[in-house]
This record gives sequence, structure tokens and C-alpha cells, in this order.
Amino acid sequence: MAGLRDVGFWGTGSYLPEKIMTNKDMESLVATSDEWIRTRTGIRERRIAAPEQATSDLAVEAGRRALENAGVAPEEIDMVIVGSCAFDMFLPATACLVADRLGARRAAAFDLETACTSFIYGAAIASQFIATGMYEKVLVIGAEVMSRILDFTDRNTCVLFGDGAGAAVLGPVPAGQGIRSIHLGADGSGGKALSIPAGGTRMPVSEQTLKDRSHYVKMNGKEVYKFAVKAMDDASTIALEKAGWQPEDLDFLVPHQANQRIIDSAVKKLGIDPSRVEVNVDRYGNMSAASLPVALDEAVRAGKINAGDRIILVGFGAGLTWGSMAIQWAQRP
Amino acid sequence: MSDIFEKVKAIVIEQLGVEADEVRMEASFEDLNADSLDIVELVMALEEEFDIEIPDEDAEKIKTIGQAVDYIKQNK
Repeated sequence: MAGLRDVGFWGTGSYLPEKIMTNKDMESLVATSDEWIRTRTGIRERRIAAPEQATSDLAVEAGRRALENAGVAPEEIDMVIVGSCAFDMFLPATACLVADRLGARRAAAFDLETACTSFIYGAAIASQFIATGMYEKVLVIGAEVMSRILDFTDRNTCVLFGDGAGAAVLGPVPAGQGIRSIHLGADGSGGKALSIPAGGTRMPVSEQTLKDRSHYVKMNGKEVYKFAVKAMDDASTIALEKAGWQPEDLDFLVPHQANQRIIDSAVKKLGIDPSRVEVNVDRYGNMSAASLPVALDEAVRAGKINAGDRIILVGFGAGLTWGSMAIQWAQRP
Repeated sequence: MSDIFEKVKAIVIEQLGVEADEVRMEASFEDLNADSLDIVELVMALEEEFDIEIPDEDAEKIKTIGQAVDYIKQNK
């Protein structure tokens, strides 16, 4: 890669709303049970944003913590990317609001929507700007207030998701370190499997859409599960191959946190020891775009990922989309 | 019993963690304590092993080991 710089993660941060909603709490809303949720998903509880908190509020907190962790001042940030599927509003971009609140006055800012894969897509985009030398420091945030777009009368979806935000500052790192490979994919033929049908230009909000509750998340669980198991396996393998690593070279895996059983399946196929896999789905549910950066932040802060470690980030989501990234974790400059 | 049965049996034992003598032609996946996600994973493993596609509407009709073996025989 002559002329291109290597790019890594300078710092990470996350923010989780205080309010905890347990499976037991869910039992009072829909016909479900703690046992059913735990055995099928591994989820025990999830966080729910306070009524006055929007996605940008969570994003700002996570972003601030990532900046502190990286030792970077907000004015130094060249670009802010916010990945989500539950933005504050259609217009303006949530990333603009977040950049303003953080004081990232020099930064370009835009939103990115590849659902649960948004953080990997965002980090991939950030890395290209830094690799070419156009930008030095980019803040990538995944933030979701899923509880506002969930149908709390639909037991097949409302028990699965939670609210939260995670962030990372990316910047140049010494040659031979940082991101070693990136793989991104999309297949819109599976778009219907996981969608919010109404509220956009295809089906604008009307009395009918409100009555049909079609501005909430709809999911064909079986189809998404099948896709997810394959996507995790394929994307991890491709990231390994592109990096020129063998499965046994892998020190740590940070998978998207949709379902413990999807993670288990990927772990089994990769042959990695479960102790070297970050899991937070039990505590937070699926936080969509926020799951991966929160998992990454918690793993780094817990000392599970250290300089020199070879890790893989892998995720999948609505779109359908998927992505993976092999990273040789670099010491902060 | 057929070669297909033996292959299906091996996959069922692996996926569901059941004993070999429980996997009989007449055994239903429900008998073997498979939940909906186990069945999705099982269908994926069968698709890979036999290099076939089992559409959801077909998969829903397969309730027993015997029905799975018959389906594979007819669609292989």
C-alpha cells in the first residue's frame, strides 16, 4: 500500500442509559418469559433511554469519552460519523448536532445507516480518509435509541433490542499496525427481512400506518437468523484471509451482539476459545449500531485487548449488510 | 438404513447434542427438544451437507427425522 498510511483506533468510549429493563419487566408488556428470552437469545436485561434522551444525547456522551480516552481535543477532529437506524430526526443529520455539542468545530459531519453494521462501515470510511492523508482524526459513533422504534406489543422484536452508544477515535498509527483488512457487503434482496416500512417516502406517515404500527421495526426472525449465522462465519473468514492470518493467529473476537446463539455458532466455526470473545448481549440486548463499539470499548478498558493483539470486528444487520475488520491493535501514539 | 439417514443422524447428534439411539426415523424434532432456532441451524447444516436449498415453506413441513430423510432423497 505504497503512499498510504496505516490507521488504528486511538481511543474508545461508550455510554449506556441508567434505566435497566429486565426480562421480568418484559413479561408485564408482552406474552413472553425470562426463560424463553434467555434460552433463545442470551439476553437478561437491556438499557432504556430516559424520555428526554434522544440518540444524539447518547452519542455525545460516548463521543466525549472516546475523545478523553484518545487524548484528543474536540477541535482536532476532522470528521464525525454517526451510525444509527434511529436518528434524532430526518433533517438535519444527527452527526451535525453531535459535532456541535462536542465542540468539533472543524469537523465534517454526516450520518450513516447500515443498521447494525454501521460502526464497521463508519470505521472503514474513516480509515480511508486517514490512510490517504486527507484527514488526521475521525470520530466514529454508533448510537441507538431502539426503544423509540420498537413495537412493544410485538414479542418477536421488542425483547431483543436495547439503547446505548459507543464511539472510537481513529487516526494514523505506525506502519504495519492498525487495520489490516476490511470487508463490507450488502444484499438488498433481503431488505424486507428486517425493516421499518413506514415513515419514509415509500410509505409516508398516515393514520393508516399509525394504525398498522408499520413505523416500528418488523423482522422475519428465522430469515435474519439464517443470514446472520452465515454472514458472521463468511465475513470473519474473509477478514482473516485478507489480513493473511490463520484462525489460530486470532487473539480476540468482537462480534455484533444480536444473539448469544449466533455468537456461539461463529465462535465454534472459527475455533476460537470463548474466553477470547467479547459478549455484552446478556446485559444490553442488541443495540444495533452501538453494540460493536460498546463491546470494543468494554474489552479495551477491561484489558482484554492490548497493543499487538490481533482482533476481528464482525457484524451484520438490516439491509441486509455485513462487514468485518482485522486489526492489529496499536499502542496509542 | 440409507446412507442419507446416517448423515442426517450425525448432523442431528452434533446440532442438538442428543444420543445416537434417540435419533430414529419416527422421532420428531420436538421429541428431541429442538426449539425454533435449533431447527433453523439444523436446516442450514442439512443444506450444507447435501448441497440443497430448503425453502422456509418446505422446512416448516419437516417435523420428523424420517420426513427430513425423505425430503433430501426427493430433492437431492
